[in-house]
Amino acid sequence: MSVAADHIATVNTAFDVDTVRDQFPALHQEVHGKPLVYLDTAASAQCARPVIDAITAYTSHDHSNVHRGVHALSQRATDAYEQARADVARFLNAPSPENIVYTRGTTEAINLVAQSHGRTNLGPGDEVLISWMEHHANIVPWQQICEQTGATLKVARIDERGVLDIAHFESLLNERTRIVGLVHVSNALGTVNPIQELTALAHRVGAVVVVDGAQATPHMALDVQALDCDFYALSGHKMYGPTGIGALYGKRDLLAAMPPWQGGGDMILAVSFEKTIYNDVPFKFEAGTPNIAGAVGLGAACRFLSDLGLEAIAAHERALLDYAMDVLAADDLRIIGTAPDKGGVLSFVMDDVHPHDIGTIVDSEGVAIRTGHHCAMPVMEFFDVPATSRASFGVYTTRADIDRLKVALDRVREMFG
Amino acid sequence: MDLQDLYREVIVDHNKSPRNFRRIITPTHTADGFNPLCGDKLSIYLSIDGDIIKDIAFEGSGCAISVASASLLTEAVKGESVASARTLFERMRRLFTDQEDAPDIDQLGKLVALGGVRQFPSRIKCANLSWHALNAALRDGGVERASASTE
Repeated sequence: MSVAADHIATVNTAFDVDTVRDQFPALHQEVHGKPLVYLDTAASAQCARPVIDAITAYTSHDHSNVHRGVHALSQRATDAYEQARADVARFLNAPSPENIVYTRGTTEAINLVAQSHGRTNLGPGDEVLISWMEHHANIVPWQQICEQTGATLKVARIDERGVLDIAHFESLLNERTRIVGLVHVSNALGTVNPIQELTALAHRVGAVVVVDGAQATPHMALDVQALDCDFYALSGHKMYGPTGIGALYGKRDLLAAMPPWQGGGDMILAVSFEKTIYNDVPFKFEAGTPNIAGAVGLGAACRFLSDLGLEAIAAHERALLDYAMDVLAADDLRIIGTAPDKGGVLSFVMDDVHPHDIGTIVDSEGVAIRTGHHCAMPVMEFFDVPATSRASFGVYTTRADIDRLKVALDRVREMFG
Repeated sequence: MDLQDLYREVIVDHNKSPRNFRRIITPTHTADGFNPLCGDKLSIYLSIDGDIIKDIAFEGSGCAISVASASLLTEAVKGESVASARTLFERMRRLFTDQEDAPDIDQLGKLVALGGVRQFPSRIKCANLSWHALNAALRDGGVERASASTE
């Protein structure tokens, strides 16, 4: 994209979506005889060409094991793996690649914090505080560690727009709060949480803040140092990268103090039957041969997003959301999640039509959306719906996609009218 | 893939006006069905006298396929013997999953309409749910509340 200097002010909103779409081979296909409209990016974003190319290049030329061999391929694999770690660090504005631990995804990253930091620091009488809008990945690991340690799980309320009740959140913070788990952008509602502000509140009582960033990373510029959160978890496949790879950012002193949570190769310096000396951060958390190709893909995904520009992406998606709210508005359609600060997620229910039926009918029109509880059953309960339909937007989404969704929803009305 | 095969008239009708959609206050057999994938939840109640299903009803929430399937189920087994309800459960299971029509398909009457799910693998569990709940209720729903899941 070339932009004249005097148009700098519009750079952030100008977004050449056609050029972007050219980089996503999966978008260019027909489904049930109709051109695919992919509106399920919040579940899994399509893989970008630079990601596919990076994985292919690694697998075709450099594939071997990391941190082990002296031979050329092992060195190249190690370099690619560690370069990707540096890419993730730069993407999050982490102080160093040593702050980045590879995981299988956000879920594993949160489990790592719960089982390592949590197990060491929680005991009877201690509290873990989360919000009502969390994904199951930021609920269940805390329930499990609370059960194992005798700590108590507390939940901060949300309001009818799907916005966190900050006064309630603050009222639940006390000197026994050890860990605060918060989603940055809600996958079911789209709500963006003010992580910087919430982290500052949590730090006042000395709690450690763990952020589920799965939905935030592909949609907004991130700076973990400015947020000042203690841990930040992300997933490759939400960022136009591959599945099975993600990362945990952690503050250096916290990671250093945490015990390993899985044992095996690569996480050790020396092993004898009497004693094992663990490797340094971040390697002590990466037992066994890692997902090297996945890491390479994740690094490429970070560069892809940075090259497009996170601010331009955010503006693009915000404009799409406004357009969709406008175009899809109807008497029989209720939007679930109406926070003023909202990501590219549109959850809705329609009168008398179950989301599962909506999903099947719009699929027959070539439109892919998600239906169900979105791994956020407490959110569904709060809004008193069994499930919702969810259209989610990404860098490649167009207004025409939303128009096609509208046509597909009219087909639903026809069938159930 | 033809949507008309899935949402046949009889299914749309039974979804819109489900039959026997109520609770039996003192059932002899009961079970809950839950599909965690989409959140479909239903309860099935039976009143069995000797070997005969004197009354059957259901309540809950679900998609058109699961509601219509439950509604058709109640119509089909009301007044039948427990043994024939079990046979029907097996026949329906084959209808939902077998690629070829079973030789006894003509005995299924309007239940055949539910066979449309075969073209929609993600919807088979919706059609199956109430039948699994029925099976669970007949198997071990006599005293305590049984539960069935299609996952």
